[in-house]
Amino acid sequence: MKVILDAEQIDKTLRRLAEEIAAQTSRADDPVIIGIRSRGEILAERLAEHLSRRLNHPVPCGTLDITLYRDDLNAPQSADQPLVRTTEIGFALDDKTVILVDDVLYTGRSVRAALSALIDLGRPKAIRLAVLVEREGREFPIQADYTGYKAEVRPGQFVQVNLIESDGRDEVVVE
Amino acid sequence: MSRILNIVERHTHHSSRRQHSMTMAIMRKGKQFRWQRKHLIGLRDLSAEEIHYILDTAQGFEQISTRSVKKAPPLRGKVVVNLFFEDSTRTRTSFALAASRLSADVVEFTMKNSSVSKGETLLDTARNLESMGVDIVVIRHNAAGAPKLLSRNINACVVNAGDGYCEHPTQALLDVYTIRQMKGSLEGLKIAIVGDISHSRVARSDMWAMTKLGAEVTLVGPPTLMPADVGRLPVNTSYSLDEVIEKVDVINMLRIQFERLGGNPFPSIREYSRYFGLTVERMQRAKPDIVVMHPGPINRGVEMESEVADGTNSVILRQVTNGLAVRMAVLFLVNQAAAETPA
Repeated sequence: MKVILDAEQIDKTLRRLAEEIAAQTSRADDPVIIGIRSRGEILAERLAEHLSRRLNHPVPCGTLDITLYRDDLNAPQSADQPLVRTTEIGFALDDKTVILVDDVLYTGRSVRAALSALIDLGRPKAIRLAVLVEREGREFPIQADYTGYKAEVRPGQFVQVNLIESDGRDEVVVE
Repeated sequence: MSRILNIVERHTHHSSRRQHSMTMAIMRKGKQFRWQRKHLIGLRDLSAEEIHYILDTAQGFEQISTRSVKKAPPLRGKVVVNLFFEDSTRTRTSFALAASRLSADVVEFTMKNSSVSKGETLLDTARNLESMGVDIVVIRHNAAGAPKLLSRNINACVVNAGDGYCEHPTQALLDVYTIRQMKGSLEGLKIAIVGDISHSRVARSDMWAMTKLGAEVTLVGPPTLMPADVGRLPVNTSYSLDEVIEKVDVINMLRIQFERLGGNPFPSIREYSRYFGLTVERMQRAKPDIVVMHPGPINRGVEMESEVADGTNSVILRQVTNGLAVRMAVLFLVNQAAAETPA
């Protein structure tokens, strides 16, 4: 197990991501932040706070559960059973610029599911993808617009993002 | 600036609290719970943990019915058949809508226009349907045990939509879902189920679900409408609504099922409603936050007065809305269990 980002680096990375997003987004774009459950949700909330400060107006933040849109629901599961949870987005997505947030971009399948889920909720003006960590191994033609950290990871290795709210401490490790 | 942060903060707190309570519910025993039943036959067999799991899952389905595209894809390519050997409007419609909101194809099969009237047996009918590639059979039958029999003989998932006087599990699930929504938990609640208990599968399923989740249930009705085995059930009984009305947190008024009543269980409808009807006068003696439920369809003026059915304590229409979310959850879960078990 190797720590690739510690708590301070995670915080710095999120601030930099907020800066990048702010540089390319104006108030007229109506930005909203939506995190994919469950780590993306926490990162989205932190990012929304930074971005609200930078843009000097509150950026709404919501949570998306993608379970019903997964492409492996009818495949025999080996690991954890998919758990349906709530989507909590208290605002309309029509004509908004959605910043979709996830912890790790790997195969691209979660993001594909998230895109399908989002367009069932409304018609955003644009959807941009922000991730804390990206690694090689894409199975779908999906890339991030804002990347926090590019991890050099061998196939078979696993990138785990731990966050205070869910795991008791902030760190990104490779296992 | 501080106003901006307040907004963000409030949202953050709200959302993590909900998430937390949910995770707590699911992680109750330290490890993640796994749903393993490909049939839902009755609530008598289910553990409290399994019931909570269905209710937690249903929460995730609630929003599908309120958003712009009222459909999600998890049962895409699956076929659900509504196999109803008894009349039903709302349960059948609710299951059909739940299945289509999950993107399944729905086949309606009724007794009147099927070969059942030509003498085909239940199992033959079901096997024929199965040969057409049906994945989930939702069955209502006047014989208690028919869903169980079916589940033992076909590969498809079986969901009980009411069998004889035995069980109606999805109705009870939506009842406890609604109570949990209104009261937070069923733990320690006093609940009365009033009316024709003996002919009510809803009462039976309710009783199993409510007591498993920690409520104290009292069955109320005339002695002639109490089930014969009432002494062996985990409930109290009372023959007087006036005795219990002041004490209960939730009251579920059952429909008098005129079509099932044999003999003369009570002298007249007027007399029944005088003793067992939920009137405005009785409501004045009840707790101010009492939750009033009815599985529908209401005989207005018999089980309850219209003012009560349409009053502020009534959750009758909320029950119908919740029924959709609960049935979506059940269809999703049985299909999930089937996907995980090799045929």
